[in-house]
Parts: sequence; structure tokens; C-alpha cells
Amino acid sequence: MGNSFRYLPDTPKDREEMLATLAVSSLSELFADIPDHLQLKEPLAIPAALHEFALEKKLRKMANKNKDSKEYVFFLGAGTYDHYIPSTVDHVLSRSEFYTAYTPYQAEASQGELQALFEFQTMICELTGMDAANSSLYDGFTALGEAATLAVRSTKRKNIIVSKGVHPQGREVLKTVSVGFNYHVIEVKLAGDTTDLIELKKLIDQETAAVIIQYPNFFGSIEDLTKIKALAELNQALFIVSANPLALALLEAPGNLGADIVVGDTQPLGLSMSYGGPHCGYFAVKKKDIRKIPGRIVGQSLDKEGKRGFVLTLQTREQHIKREKATSNMSSNQALNALASAVFMSALGKKGLRQMAQLNIDKADYMANSLNEKGFSVNNQAPFFNEFVVELPFSIQQTNNVLLEQKIIGGYNLEKEYGLKNHMLVAVTEQRTKEEIDAFIAVLEGMIK
Amino acid sequence: MTDYNELIFEISRPSRTAASLPESDVPSVNLSKKFPEQLIRKIPAELPEVSEPQLMRHYTTLSNKNFGVDNGFYPLGSCTMKYNPKINEDVARFPGFANIHPFQPTQTVQGALELMYELQEDLKIITGMGAVSLQPAAGAQGEWTGLMIMKLFHKQNGEDQKRTKILVPDSAHGTNPSSAFIAGFEVVEIPSNASGTVDLTALKKQLGTDIAGLMLTNPNTLGLFEKDIEEIVKLIHGIGGLVYYDGANLNAILGKTTPAMMGFDIVHLNLHKTFSTPHGGGGPGSGPVGVKGFLAPYLPVPRVEKQDNEYVLNSSYPLSLGRVKGYFGNFGVNIRAYTYIRTMGADGLKQVSESAVLHANYLRKLLAPYYILSHPQFCKHEFVLSGLKQKKLGVKAMDIAKRLLDFGYYAPTVYFPLIVEEAIMIEPTETETKETLDAFAKALIAIAKEVEETPTIVLEAPHKTSVRRIDEVRAARKLLVRYDKSEHKE
Repeated sequence: MGNSFRYLPDTPKDREEMLATLAVSSLSELFADIPDHLQLKEPLAIPAALHEFALEKKLRKMANKNKDSKEYVFFLGAGTYDHYIPSTVDHVLSRSEFYTAYTPYQAEASQGELQALFEFQTMICELTGMDAANSSLYDGFTALGEAATLAVRSTKRKNIIVSKGVHPQGREVLKTVSVGFNYHVIEVKLAGDTTDLIELKKLIDQETAAVIIQYPNFFGSIEDLTKIKALAELNQALFIVSANPLALALLEAPGNLGADIVVGDTQPLGLSMSYGGPHCGYFAVKKKDIRKIPGRIVGQSLDKEGKRGFVLTLQTREQHIKREKATSNMSSNQALNALASAVFMSALGKKGLRQMAQLNIDKADYMANSLNEKGFSVNNQAPFFNEFVVELPFSIQQTNNVLLEQKIIGGYNLEKEYGLKNHMLVAVTEQRTKEEIDAFIAVLEGMIK
Repeated sequence: MTDYNELIFEISRPSRTAASLPESDVPSVNLSKKFPEQLIRKIPAELPEVSEPQLMRHYTTLSNKNFGVDNGFYPLGSCTMKYNPKINEDVARFPGFANIHPFQPTQTVQGALELMYELQEDLKIITGMGAVSLQPAAGAQGEWTGLMIMKLFHKQNGEDQKRTKILVPDSAHGTNPSSAFIAGFEVVEIPSNASGTVDLTALKKQLGTDIAGLMLTNPNTLGLFEKDIEEIVKLIHGIGGLVYYDGANLNAILGKTTPAMMGFDIVHLNLHKTFSTPHGGGGPGSGPVGVKGFLAPYLPVPRVEKQDNEYVLNSSYPLSLGRVKGYFGNFGVNIRAYTYIRTMGADGLKQVSESAVLHANYLRKLLAPYYILSHPQFCKHEFVLSGLKQKKLGVKAMDIAKRLLDFGYYAPTVYFPLIVEEAIMIEPTETETKETLDAFAKALIAIAKEVEETPTIVLEAPHKTSVRRIDEVRAARKLLVRYDKSEHKE
């Protein structure tokens, strides 16, 4: 038997013995229930099997065609960020007791995973200022969809108002979800770099199930949640906040500013960018809505000897029990990524996470000031976290091409989604040094000359 | 160390840290000058403060209290808990894959797009479908995506208002009816017949122009091949409906047949089941969707395509259902599946299904004298036992599951499928040795004897795990879903 089948342990003797036990003469008898004309007669026309080192070489070659953040300097954010990930995170993830397990249906043999997820839930509650969080959803955008669904089902209203300051892909997912549930997604425009509150006030009415705001928003600006909450409250609409969890280390928790549901993605907390996934959605609510949460929730309990233990709880909300009446169709989630974020938050800790968030603010502030000084105009009026919008005298595509020659991956082009020609969304994380920031600006200056 | 029972919050001490951050090389911003007072955090989030050695010891100890496929046999039915190859893990961590950004210009990520494109091509061949999207994050999201495609197809024909119902067999995964509901359909359940497959008479009664389509797993959750599949497909197509293939059980038919040959129009796959990507303690998974050519315009965008010698992202599909998830799906998971398919090749994949089916039938045969079989015929990659014989003696399927943990195995899926009383659903997979199957059978037979002779030992199981049986009722009643200093230390 060839090297390529190293995952298959059956020897010819094993096979013979098993067939003999079954009193059949060949394997084909076990497939006799598939009508003959439905059986493939030819092998699948996929490429030939490769042995381990040839395959590794081929894949390394493929990976090397990509320009990655270990070699290039990234100023690209827009929802996914090049952040510091302590070595410990991947070492914990590489424990195969964690990654080769599945959903902890048998609590007694899955206490490690359950406890780690319970701790994750706690950390999310701490950051968001909410009472309960689930143990993860696919990503921040699908979490937004689940939040809107919760709002529509619980208020029995038909309209979701979403700010254009919410990530364009988040709004796209929301629209896809709304088709199934037959509700309307109404976008409220921006006034400059934050949500247009006059427009928002006009749009909210008795049919509004929820208002959705991103914090900081897509342009990096920090929306004044207190004012938006006041508007939502007038018509008893729910207030959904999609928050960058790293920013919450220094920003007031949405739970303290009236949010009913807080969602987001924990990618900034220890998850590699990985071309957009797997990342990890989080979902947090106040006490009143605990039983409406989608996805898996870990609860603390006691074992029969009175010892503390953890178990999946409130399972009667879920599809494997409630079927079509479930709060969500989710089964698999992003548990391993939730574990990664929990390790990350534990590694950084209470002070470290604040320190890291402060570095993001400092670096972004420095870069914005430098750009302004050099005559480029940063458009944000509201305070921003680690991202801002800069207007350049040349096209963003051209700029990014020139930056690329200097091994810099430039920012996000705002033209397509916002009609903002020559506007770039620039992200500056703690990873960026003063030197790298200055180099970026020097390239821009060089383009003028 | 199994006595270690501390939460990370409980070992926390102020001023410890396990991270290393630089001093700032730029001026520091005074928050109270830049931010409005009401938006500045007053009370820091209570995150743990531990040193790096403490951190590693905490999580390593937790891992010791967790059972994965690398620890032992994991016969969780319907989840295909096969071995997770290590090279897959290494490849997904290559910097060129792990550290790239979804908004990078496509010319800087040609290798990533090439991998996605090739994986799509492989999955097209394996399923026989005309086009594949890798965007859905997991099986349930794949189901919902497939159903939304159905909805848009009927809309295009001006029939979406009347085709409001989805047919789902009573043996289906819970996600099927749930996904159908979320896609805005009404669910009509079709009963199974005595031989465990779709009851054609019952199916015919439901047929009408109000049917959007049918969802089916084949082999079904009883591990039985729906041998009337052609007639079922013909009936559904005959009334203008579409037929959806739930790929959860694809591990039984790799290289043997394809969903396309059986007549299915739409399929989702679970790469974390069939294609060996790790289950991660619950996720991440990956749930690509494949469709016949006539449904390709409805697939999610962007689509990964090859134009001349360049890989591109194409969103110019006006009929597309749009976006179901951020970016391009769970890329990191898809890398692992691709690596697996390249490792196995056509012959390897076929052997996967042959061994998976052989193992299931062998184990089933060994257990037949001691437990009630759900159905008499040969099974495919999994089978269902009923614990009714044992229940009559006062021991439930759940007790048997817990007792198995003491023998060093994970437990099978219990109480599913719903149509078998006291169901014990076992999927051994192809990566286990015959010795393991023999030993596992011995354990289940020993438990059957215990049920007759010393039932208490089964009723009080597990005995050897880090905790004894957890009180689930208490967990739901005295709901405690986060650590709270004041409430803790019960």
C-alpha cells in the first residue's frame, strides 16, 4: 500500500477478516444497495496523490506567491487587522486534545474545552459590559445577521435600520439574511464620518425592530452611542452595536451605553488574518434576552459529588432539539478561534490589552497628524481608534501600486462602496513603527514630486 | 494535575502579564483630551493577569481534561471524527497563507486564489456538480445558502410566492428544518418507512406546486442508502421542485457515486467531516455549496475564477443571492481540505469510503447480538443501535454513553436520529484500526453485561473522568454563564 494512504490502517489481512466476519466475499457487496448504473466506473478525475514532502514543497510554493505580513508592511484594515499574536496562542491551539475534539456533547470528557469557553464568554461580557455571551458564531458579519434576526423575532417588527458606518460586507450579509426572514434593511447615510443623526431620527418609527451601529465605525470614527440610544429608545427599538473588541479596552462598554445586543469579531484578539477566515463572531446580550441567544452557550454547574463542572446549557434553543423552532440553524461554530481569543486576552490581561489599544490610538494619531502636516487631508471629524480616512491627490489604486514596490500594503479604497474618489482608509496597529509610518508618508510625498 | 480546578480568573494577580508590548515610539495621546468623556471607559474590563508559565500550565491542564481524536476512538455518529493529518496543520500556518489580508490586491494573493480555485475544481469532480462556492462557514450555513439558491431560482420563474414548502425526511439532521425555516420556508416532514428510508407513499401525498424542493442525506442518518433515490428525484423534479443533498454523509460514497449522478441539483459539503479538517472543539468548519450548471448564476459572490492565467474575484452575477459570510469563507480550513485531497488522490478517496463502510458493517456485526439494530440490512459508513433492551432493565442510552467514557472512548451520538428509540449512533470512520474496533466492541459488550448484572456502575458513570456526571438541569435552572467574583465559590 502506497505512502499516500498513510491515514488508512487496514491491512489486506484485516480486510479479509472483516469481510469473512460479514460473510461477504468482496467489498462491492457492501455497496450493492447503490444501483449499478449510479456507480462510478472510472476513478475521480482529480490530480494524482502526492507524497508528503512533494506536497509540502508544492504548497509552500503556492503560499510564497502571496505577499504576507511577515514580509510586507500592512496599513490595510477595514475589519481585519495585522495585530500582535503572542507565541503562546498557537502553542495552545496546537494541543490536539483541543483541536481534534468536537462540540462538547459529553461534558465529562470535554471539561477543558468547556471551561475555556466559559472563560471566553466571561471575557466577552467584561469587554462589552453585557450579562451573557455565547461561545462564538461564524464571524462578525454573520453575528450581525443573527442579531437582526433576534430583534425582528422578539419585537415582531419588520424594519432594521443600519448605519452606512457599518462594514459594507456586514450590510451585505444582513441583506441576504433579510430575504429569508422577509424583513427590510434600511440604510441610514453618514454625515461626514459618523452616522447622520437627523436622518436617523426621521427613519426610526414604530416599525423599527432595531438600530445597528458600528463602534468604532467603518471609517474608524467613534460614534456617540448615547445619542443613538436615545433615538432608538423613543420608539422602543432595540439597539445593536457591532464593536471592535480591542477598542473596548479603552472605550466605554456598549453595555453601559444602552446596547441591547453587542456583536463583533474577535479577529483583533489573537486570530491570524488568514485571508479572511476562520475568524470568530461574538454575541452578547443583557439578562432579558439570554434565552434568545443563537448558538452554543456554556454554563457552570456541579457534578454529582458537588464539584464544579461545565456543560452546554439552554440547549432547548438549538436546532438539534427544537429543529425549525430553533433560535438559529447554527451547529458548528468557531470554538477553536474563541479559544485562541481567550488565550490572547489572558496573555495580554487587564493592563496589557489597554496598553495595546493605547498603542493603536497613538500610532494612528501620529500618522494622521503627520499626513495633515504634509498637506494630505485626514477627513475624520470625530475621534478615531486605529483607522482613519485620508484624501489623496492621486488614485488609491495608483498609490497602492507605488506603495507595493516599497513592500508596503496600502489602505482600503473607499471609492466603490462610498463613492469617495481618492479616499483611503488607513489602519495603523501597534505593529507599525514610527519608521514604517514615516516611510509610507515619504512614498506619498515622492508621488507629488 | 487532574485535580486542578481553577478558573483563569482565580489564579490572576494584579500586575502579572504574559505578553510583551513595546514602549511607544510616537507621542502618547491623552484620551481625555481627544475623546468625549462619556465614551471613555471608566472601569477596566476584568481580564485575567497571569504570567506566561501560568498561562501555559492553565491551558495545558485544561487540554488534559479534554478528549479529542488524537486521544482515542471518537465514534460520534454523523460527525465523521476521522484522523486530522498533521501536514494540513503545518500548511495552514505557512506565513503566505496565515498572514494575508482579504482585501489585498488580487495580484498579491495569486497563490491563495489558486488554491481556492483548485479546491473548487476538485469538489466539482467529487460531487459531479457544475460550480462550487467555498463561502459558507459550515454545514448549516451551506444548507441555508443552498435553500436561498432554491428560493431565487423559483423567484426567477415567478413561482416564489407559491412554492413555500420544503420537504424534509424525519430522519434528517436538525439543521435541515432549521435552515429551511430561516430561509423563509415552511417545513413538511416526510416519515420513514419500516426499512428506514423515505416513505414514497407519504412523499407522493405531499407533492404539489407549493413544494420548492426536498432536502435529503444519502446515505441517510441511519446509515442506509436511499435506494429509491432516482424515483424520489423524478417525483420532485416532476412537480417543478429542486432536490438538495446534505453532504454530511459523503464519507460513505467518495469515488463510488456522486450526488449529481443521483440527480441532486444542490449540495453542501462538510469539509470538517469528509475532508479531515479538525473539528476544533465545535468549529471552525467549512460548508462549500455546489450546484448544477443551471443554478450557478445564483451562487454567492464573489466567485473565484481563472481568466487566462490569472486568478480573479468576480462579483458580476446579477442573479446571485449575494454574500452569506465575510470575505471568502473559512480559508484556513479550506487549505487543510485541499492538502488532504492532494494527499489521497482518487484511489485514496475511494479507499476512504470503502474502509469507512467496511468498518461500520464490521462493528455493527460484532454488536448485533447485544444491542437491537435499527435495521437489518447492510449499512454504509455509520449505523444506529437502539438501547431499548437495556432501557427495559432501567439503563438509558445516555448512561451507556457515559459509561463508555470510563473505557477510554468518546461516546457515540445518542438520541439521534429521533426516529429510533434510545438511539446510539456509531460512526467508526476509516482511520481506525481493526484492533480498535474489536476493543471498542468488547467494551460495549461488557457494558451490556454490566447493565444486566451490575447496572449501578453504568447508571453512576462516568467514574474515571475529571468530573463525575454534571447536573444539566441545575445548569439550565441556576443559569451561570460567566464568572462573577461575587457569585463564585459555591
